Amino acid sequence: MSASTITRIEGPTLVLRGDDVDTDRIIPARFLKAITFDGLEAHVFEDDRAEATRAGRVHPFDDPARRDARVLFVNHNFGCGSSREHAPQALYRRGLRAVVGSSFAEIFFGNSVAIGLACVTVSPADMARLMAEADADAARACTVDLHGLVLEMGSVRVPVSMPPSARKGLVDGTWDVTGLLLDRYEDVTRVAAALPYLRNFDAA
Amino acid sequence: MAETLFRKVWNQHAVRQLPNGQTQLYVGLHLIHEVTSPQAFAALAERGWPVAAPDRTFATVDHILPTRTLARPLADSMAETMTSALERNCRAHGIPLFDPSTGSQGIVHVIGPELGLTQPGLTITCGDSHTSTHGAFGAIAFGIGTSQVRDVLASQCLAVSPMKVRRITVTGRLQPGVYAKDVILAIIHTLGVGGGAGFAYEYGGETIDRMSMDERMTICNMSIEGGARIGYVNPDQTTFDYLRGRRYAPQGDAFDRACAWWSSLASDPDASYDDHVTIDASRLAPMVTWGIDPGQSAPVNGHVPTTADAPAGDRARIEEATAFMGVVPGQPIAGTKIDVAFIGSCTNARISDLREAARIVRGRHVAPHVRGLVVPGSQAVAVEAEREGLPEIFRAAGFEWRFAGCSMCLAMNPDRLNGREVCASSSNRNFKGRQGSPTGRTLLMSPAMVAAAAVAGEVTDVRSIIGAGARP
Repeated sequence: MSASTITRIEGPTLVLRGDDVDTDRIIPARFLKAITFDGLEAHVFEDDRAEATRAGRVHPFDDPARRDARVLFVNHNFGCGSSREHAPQALYRRGLRAVVGSSFAEIFFGNSVAIGLACVTVSPADMARLMAEADADAARACTVDLHGLVLEMGSVRVPVSMPPSARKGLVDGTWDVTGLLLDRYEDVTRVAAALPYLRNFDAA
Repeated sequence: MAETLFRKVWNQHAVRQLPNGQTQLYVGLHLIHEVTSPQAFAALAERGWPVAAPDRTFATVDHILPTRTLARPLADSMAETMTSALERNCRAHGIPLFDPSTGSQGIVHVIGPELGLTQPGLTITCGDSHTSTHGAFGAIAFGIGTSQVRDVLASQCLAVSPMKVRRITVTGRLQPGVYAKDVILAIIHTLGVGGGAGFAYEYGGETIDRMSMDERMTICNMSIEGGARIGYVNPDQTTFDYLRGRRYAPQGDAFDRACAWWSSLASDPDASYDDHVTIDASRLAPMVTWGIDPGQSAPVNGHVPTTADAPAGDRARIEEATAFMGVVPGQPIAGTKIDVAFIGSCTNARISDLREAARIVRGRHVAPHVRGLVVPGSQAVAVEAEREGLPEIFRAAGFEWRFAGCSMCLAMNPDRLNGREVCASSSNRNFKGRQGSPTGRTLLMSPAMVAAAAVAGEVTDVRSIIGAGARP
C-alpha cells in the first residue's frame, strides 16, 4: 500500500502553549463513542475551549484568525496519556499537517506519523522564538522542510529534528506500513514457528 | 552475552529490518476492545484483508459498558452500536469475544492475566495505553493506536523503533497502609510524566520481588503515566504460581517446559542498562495527587507545592493545576474534601485491591455527602468478591456495587462526575475532565486511601485507620 510523499508542510500557524497536554484534552473521551473518526475536528480541545470562553479568553482553536492553520506549535511532552488515535485524527481533520514542539509523547508521535501528520521537535529556546513570531502575525506562514530538516518563518530559521525512520517514512511515502509488514510473509511464519509458546513449548 | 529481558524478547520476535530502519516485530498476543478497533476493522474491509492470526487475537468489551444493567440493547445507542460492531467483527473473523455472557468479561488488562493469556516472553499489543500492565509477567507489552491495531490485525506484526531500558530498583519494606500504587506514584513524581519517553522501564529490587502479581500489575500499569510505553518485571516463582492452572496457560508437562523458558528470559545479573534509578520505598507515605497529571502528587501528610519552591520550568504548570483544582499552594493534602469515591480501573480493581478497601470500610460508613462506587475489574473478580462477602461489606458501608468495566476511570459510560465534583479515585489519570465532567476534579490514590477518604469525607491518612484497628 503506497502513501503520498510528505516533504514540505507550509501554511499559517496556531500556538498552543503548555507542557504535558494530554490526549484527553485534545479529544475528550465522550467523543470516542463512535465507530469512525468522522467529525472529530468539531470537538478538538472542546473542554479547554469552553474553559477559555468561561474565563473570557479566546482559545487558540477558536481564534478566527487561525482558522486556516496548517502548523501547530506546542511545548513539552505534547500528547501524553491515552493511546487514542482520535487525538491526531482530530488535529489532522481540523486541517493541521504538522506539529512542532520541544517534545512529544511516544504513542501520540507514532499515531501521528501513521496518519501522515508530521511531528518535529525544536529546542525549547527555538520554540519560544517561533511562538513569539507566530503571535506577532497570524497571517505569517511557516515552512517545515523534512528534506533539509529546517523550519522557516519570516526571519527565523531553525533546525528541526525527527527520528530518521519517521522522517524517511514521510519523505519516501512509506509511512503507511501495513503493506510492508505483509511483504515476504514467509519471514513472519519462520519467526512465529520458532516461538516456544506457539509450539506448546516443545523443543525446536 | 548478558542481556535484559527486553532485548531477549525483542530479538526473538524481530522479523526483519524495514526499509525505514524500524524493526518488524511479531506480536504474540493482540487484545482488542470496542473503542479502538472498529476503524481498524473497517480499514481491513476496505483493503480486502483477512485477520492474519485470529487465534492470537482476543476481544472484550469494557470501556463503554454501563455498570448498572447490561440489558440489551444498551440504553446509550452509541454504546450499543460499538458493542454490536465488535460482536460483528469478532464473528466475521473468528476472534474469541469475552462478553458478559461468557462470565469472563472485564477490563482488558484485568482479564488477559486472569485467563492466563498474558504470559512471560510474549509481545503483547492492545489499542490502549495501559497495555503496559501485562509487563508485570515479563512480557513486552505496549499500547498502540488504531492504525497500528489495523497493522496487527492484518499482519500480526508492527513496525517499531528501538527503545532504551531504564532499570528502576525499589528497595525497602513498605509501611502498613503504603501500597504499590504509592510506589508508582512516587516513581512518576520523581522521574516526571515525560521522563520515560523512549524507555522501557524494568522494575526490580527486593520490594518488587516481594510483591504479588496484582501489585506488580499496578506498578507496570502506570508506566505510561511516566511516559514509558513499556514497563516490566522479570518473571519469577510468583509469576509461575499465578499462572499455573489458568485457562490459557500451558498445562501439564508443557507448564514445566514453559517455566524453564520463562526463567531463561529474565534479565541476566550483569546485563547493562541505559539508565538506572533506585527508589527507597521504606520511607514512602501514601501518595495523593493534587494537580492535573499523575506526576503532581504529594505524600498525604504533605502540602500542595508553592511556585516559589518549584523549578522555574514547572511554575506555569503548577499555576494551571492549582487554578483548575481550586487548591491553594501550601495547602495541606489531608483534609481536602471529596464528593465521590471511585474504586475501580485497570490500575486497582483486582481482588486484592477490593479486599484491602473492604478491610478499611468494614463496620464504617461513607460520609453523608459522599457518593461511593465500587466497580470490579472483571466478572471473575466480582465472583471471587461475592464468594468472600465483599459486596455486602461495601453496600453496608454505603457504597454502590456495580458490574465490571472501565467505568468512571474515563467515563465513557453513564458513570461520571457532575460539575466540579472532587473524586478520590483508585484509577490512573487525573487529567482535566478525565472523569466525564469538563470541570470535575480527580485525586489519585490507592484503593485503601479511597476507602478511607470515603469514610472521612475528605482525604485522610489510611495509616491512622489501620492503626485504629482495621480488621484483617
